[in-house]
Amino acid sequence: MTATTAAAAAYIVAALLFILSLAGLSKHETAKAGNAYGIAGMAIALAATVGLATRGISTAGLTLLVVAVVVGAAIGLWRARVVEMTGMPELIALLHSFVGLAAVLVGWNGYLSVEGADGGSPLTGTEAGIHSGEVVVGVFIGAVTFTGSIVAFLKLSARIRSNPLVLPGRNWLNLGALALFAVLTVVFVAEPNLLVLSVVTVLALALGWHLVASIGGGDMPVVVSMLNSYSGWAAAASGFLLGNDLLIITGALVGSSGAYLSYIMCKAMNRSFLSVIAGGFGNEGAAASSDVDYGEHTEITAEETAELLRDAKSVVITPGYGMAVAQAQGAVAELTRKLRAQDVDVRFGIHPVAGRLPGHMNVLLAEAKVPYDVVLEMDEINDDLAGTSVVLVIGANDTVNPAATEDPASPIAGMPVLRVWEAEHVVVFKRSMNTGYAGVQNPLFFRENSRMLFGDARERVEDILKAL
Amino acid sequence: MQIGVPRETRPRETRVSATPATVVQLVQLGYEVVVEAGAGRAASFPDEAYVAAGARIGTAAEAWGAEVVLKVNAPAREEIGLLADGATLVSLLSPALNPELVEALAARPLTVLAMDAVPRISRAQSMDVLSSMANIAGYRAVVEAANVFGRFFTGQVTAAGKVPPAKVLVAGAGVAGLAAIGTASSLGAIVRATDVRPEVAEQVRSLGGEYVAVPAGEQEVSSDGYAREMGEDFNRRAAQMYAEQARDVDIVITTALIPGRPAPRLVTEEMVASMRPGSVVVDMAAAQGGNVAGSVADEVVVTPNGVTIIGYTDLPARLPAQASQLYGTNLVNLLRLLTPGADGRLVLDLDDVVQRGITVVREGELMWPPPPVQVSAAPPPAAPPAGATAAAPAVPQRTPAPARRFALVGVAAALLFLVAAFSPDELLGHVTVFALAVVVGFYVIGKVHHALHTPLMSVTNAISGIIVVGALLQLGSDDGLVRALAFVATLVASINVFGGFAVTRRMLGMFSRGPSTEAAAR
Repeated sequence: MTATTAAAAAYIVAALLFILSLAGLSKHETAKAGNAYGIAGMAIALAATVGLATRGISTAGLTLLVVAVVVGAAIGLWRARVVEMTGMPELIALLHSFVGLAAVLVGWNGYLSVEGADGGSPLTGTEAGIHSGEVVVGVFIGAVTFTGSIVAFLKLSARIRSNPLVLPGRNWLNLGALALFAVLTVVFVAEPNLLVLSVVTVLALALGWHLVASIGGGDMPVVVSMLNSYSGWAAAASGFLLGNDLLIITGALVGSSGAYLSYIMCKAMNRSFLSVIAGGFGNEGAAASSDVDYGEHTEITAEETAELLRDAKSVVITPGYGMAVAQAQGAVAELTRKLRAQDVDVRFGIHPVAGRLPGHMNVLLAEAKVPYDVVLEMDEINDDLAGTSVVLVIGANDTVNPAATEDPASPIAGMPVLRVWEAEHVVVFKRSMNTGYAGVQNPLFFRENSRMLFGDARERVEDILKAL
Repeated sequence: MQIGVPRETRPRETRVSATPATVVQLVQLGYEVVVEAGAGRAASFPDEAYVAAGARIGTAAEAWGAEVVLKVNAPAREEIGLLADGATLVSLLSPALNPELVEALAARPLTVLAMDAVPRISRAQSMDVLSSMANIAGYRAVVEAANVFGRFFTGQVTAAGKVPPAKVLVAGAGVAGLAAIGTASSLGAIVRATDVRPEVAEQVRSLGGEYVAVPAGEQEVSSDGYAREMGEDFNRRAAQMYAEQARDVDIVITTALIPGRPAPRLVTEEMVASMRPGSVVVDMAAAQGGNVAGSVADEVVVTPNGVTIIGYTDLPARLPAQASQLYGTNLVNLLRLLTPGADGRLVLDLDDVVQRGITVVREGELMWPPPPVQVSAAPPPAAPPAGATAAAPAVPQRTPAPARRFALVGVAAALLFLVAAFSPDELLGHVTVFALAVVVGFYVIGKVHHALHTPLMSVTNAISGIIVVGALLQLGSDDGLVRALAFVATLVASINVFGGFAVTRRMLGMFSRGPSTEAAAR
């Protein structure tokens, strides 16, 4: 056993632990064990790598290594501890950008230490060509992930507007960028030089920015999960570059599972995978709104809502991103406990794309200690809505829009939605009559059995609690 | 077109197929309505009310001779002759049970639609007369029981002494059973309900009832060493449960029906005999042979020990005004579907599962039985037009023709082969690993629970921080620039690794199931 074979063996063990980790994460019962497997795998991989890297490293290098890991660990643990559950999507998007950045840097280093090294490349022939190709691909994917995640982060944290950016001929721009990338790759493989690599990097950064900027906020869950997949591919590309099987396996695992997750979500929205990736939800919707007269909406007060709830036999709460924004999950959970104590059957209906992250609502409700067995998926609850006394729509809009099933001309036509309008009463918590993320007007608000409860969702829920 | 509403002629039938309120809606759909004189009398709808709603009062011949005839019951043999050629008849028919009636109808150039054959899909709920009538029957069953029961339903403490609440057992929690549960509990009784489907427990509770499950099998060792037949064992335990309940309750209402089969016998003679004098049993399945030993269709029987067994089969007709109104509304909803132009012209679209399902005869051609309706496979059919059209294109996408799929796989395999075959040795090893890992990643999360999407994503995110391995290996370089870049890469990747796992841990710690939460709250 040499140090190298020991490290390789450790990598195999780590890779298997990662697979166990992902498998474990698919069920509640095994989720915690899954996370533990992941941590164990990572610890083994890190230990093996550090062991490998510290053979013949200078003291300065060792110091750098320790400092980098310790500082990174400190920052990571600190962010993880203080992050609000509502800020989860932003954090995850930001973390994705780190993987992208690291992939770019590893790629550049690959170039600098081989092709760009003093005294010329140690590699020759096909090997050199393959190495150059791997550098370009790794840098490209990493850079797209990096800027894409940054834009997603900015959009999710509301630092920039979440409306889709519509440049003329944007699909051609994307395709053109890809074609240019292909040409540049060939050029770089033929003759590696710093200029071409820089151009590729800038091109990929711009492409990543544009890809995500042109996707509307309503598709953010898919985008975040897609970026997750990209970050995996970026890691896999670095693996090819460094000839490291662990990186390849892990990257491919993350890449394909992320892509499949995005696909599941696209199916849940009845949208084609390609059209989400290429951007452009809601851009048709903005045009199609507001000319139609939907009639009058009716308001309700918190006291009247409390009255409704007291008389209700069954209540379904359908939360959306608005609940996260208003930090209302604690109050909602309290309301749930109170109603359940009075023998009202309270359940939650979660649309697959509610929130800005897959499973976002589940995390928030879990944080507020809502038992997960009353939190149901759209398909599980949709048929029961017709027999429900009161539905509380808290900060959801497009996911409860009847236009999706009734208006074939609507931009969200065909997207499965929670059929809340079939319930006896619907109370919609909303800040104003503005449209949702998709920019589509919601006829639900004007239905006869709908009542609008305006204001901050948390304050309104607390008012209801007081009235109860 | 003209719609005829004849008077119902079957004995004890009090309902009518249109009320003044539904006539208004029929007129709005563009139809002319002729009501036979006295058709609504038994349901307290006088002729004048129909005239006020826009109908014309006519003779029996006029009502039967209309282009569309709305009926409650199936026509008697001699009434078929009154129908005009090319007319459309809409009524309850039970086509599966009345083959000779269907034949007689098909002998004429008629179109016949059976209201009781509406498929049970959510879109057709508004036309489902079986549900609307069962709802009424369940209500009425409680009222009939209360009528002969010599005591209060609700418990009271009065100056004259304490009154215990009545105990009601409802067998079968279908539409009728649920209506009975709701009615009895709103009268104040203690209501218990049983059903072979444990999933209805929630619905029972939602109406104020208490669900009584058939007790799980005891761990007894059978003498021959073989397990008994499951069904037999279950039935034995169910019978035991009914026997216990019969001794305890005051009122039993049975609603158990199996489509196309005689009603199952739930309550035996011994059980009836064990009930207290004055108790009441309502057998809502009396027409199909009865759930209760000793029940007689359409009659009230009093047993020697003073238990009254009610076997009425016309429970909906005992609330004629309500039953006519609901039946009439079901008909209006059907006609709305059949009159897409709202122009008084009836159009039958046999591509629609609802319309195909109810069509028994079409212009003299026998159409029964219809192809089975797929209830659950399709995505939930929400609103009629948009839902149907939107769902359609998704189907071919999901299951491409096998030939095409094989072709795709073949092309992909060939491409992969070419790419791999021209790759140098070293790359090939990596490609193998890569391809396998992609497949594993795909399968490993195939069944992920929807609530765990976020933790899954943050854990994969942490794992993709494995790129730190690459950066670490580059830190040993002698080149200052490489080392600086590797330092930054290590730093950000470490944030990812540690932050990702820590935040996943934190999130998973929050997920909890019901009971443990309650414990924590206490």
